Amino acid sequence: MNGPHDMGGMHNMGPIPIEADEPVFHSEWEAKVFAMSFATFGNYFPVDETRHASERMPPAQYLSASYYERWLYALELLITEHQLVTQAEIEERMAQLAQDR
Amino acid sequence: MSSAHEHPKADIALRVKAIESLLVEKGIVEPAALDTIIDAYEHRIGPHSGARIVAKAWTDPAFKQRLLADGTGAIAELGLTGFSSEHMVVVENTPAVHNLIVCTLCSCYPWAILGLPPTWYKSFAYRSRAVIDPRSVLQEFGLEISEQVEVRVWDSNADLRYLVLPERPAGTEGMTEEQLSVLVTRNAMIGTAKVDSPKSERVASEAAP
Repeated sequence: MNGPHDMGGMHNMGPIPIEADEPVFHSEWEAKVFAMSFATFGNYFPVDETRHASERMPPAQYLSASYYERWLYALELLITEHQLVTQAEIEERMAQLAQDR
Repeated sequence: MSSAHEHPKADIALRVKAIESLLVEKGIVEPAALDTIIDAYEHRIGPHSGARIVAKAWTDPAFKQRLLADGTGAIAELGLTGFSSEHMVVVENTPAVHNLIVCTLCSCYPWAILGLPPTWYKSFAYRSRAVIDPRSVLQEFGLEISEQVEVRVWDSNADLRYLVLPERPAGTEGMTEEQLSVLVTRNAMIGTAKVDSPKSERVASEAAP
């Protein structure tokens, strides 16, 4: 697929963000997105499908999202496409959780 | 219908919580399994496995030969085969060749051997530039590679992943495999660093009668 993910050779992406003593995950939600993806791929969809899902992110969003934001996008796309969860259920649960906060 | 990309970043943690609670409720993921996965990648799986492979190759010439000829097989001998490292190619740094690993498409990386990749490995800057201007990339890591040395860049994919066998540094003659493995860093096994010689005081104390 010809998209922004095919990044080899692009110019002007700036300096490399080298972080000393970097943690494995930078926040709890990153760790959870990783773990939920890990737990579902293999069982419900193969790894290749996960990467393909992140490549289906619209280019402008792909380029402004962080790494685990792209993973989240892929996870959400796959669990809804495979009908494990519906988009409406996610929105409803978010509203509920926001109220409980 | 809205989805993740249409929401402000502030909602991300909430969205992740919502998805988690739904997947748990439906029995698709178990909370304990999520904790186990996170704990494994935060605490157990990491570059120490790769360092063991490198140290073994430095001290066992027959193993090194097998490792370079068939990375997958040699790594399996050490019991270090694992998820996202099923097919491995090991490339050797020499005085004439410096190797660098990248994944231009995303973030393919030998998880079982090096753990999860650092942010810089997954960054657009590294992914885009490593293949067209690797020397400038290496300079950002403080590594100047002489024009006489060939730089070879390897682009990983989901099915095939790479590991750099760095050069064994001077001043390590007589060190054991275990002592050597402590010197080997993650970046040296990706190719953005060399393995440093042991600290001078250590060499001095070892040289003392």
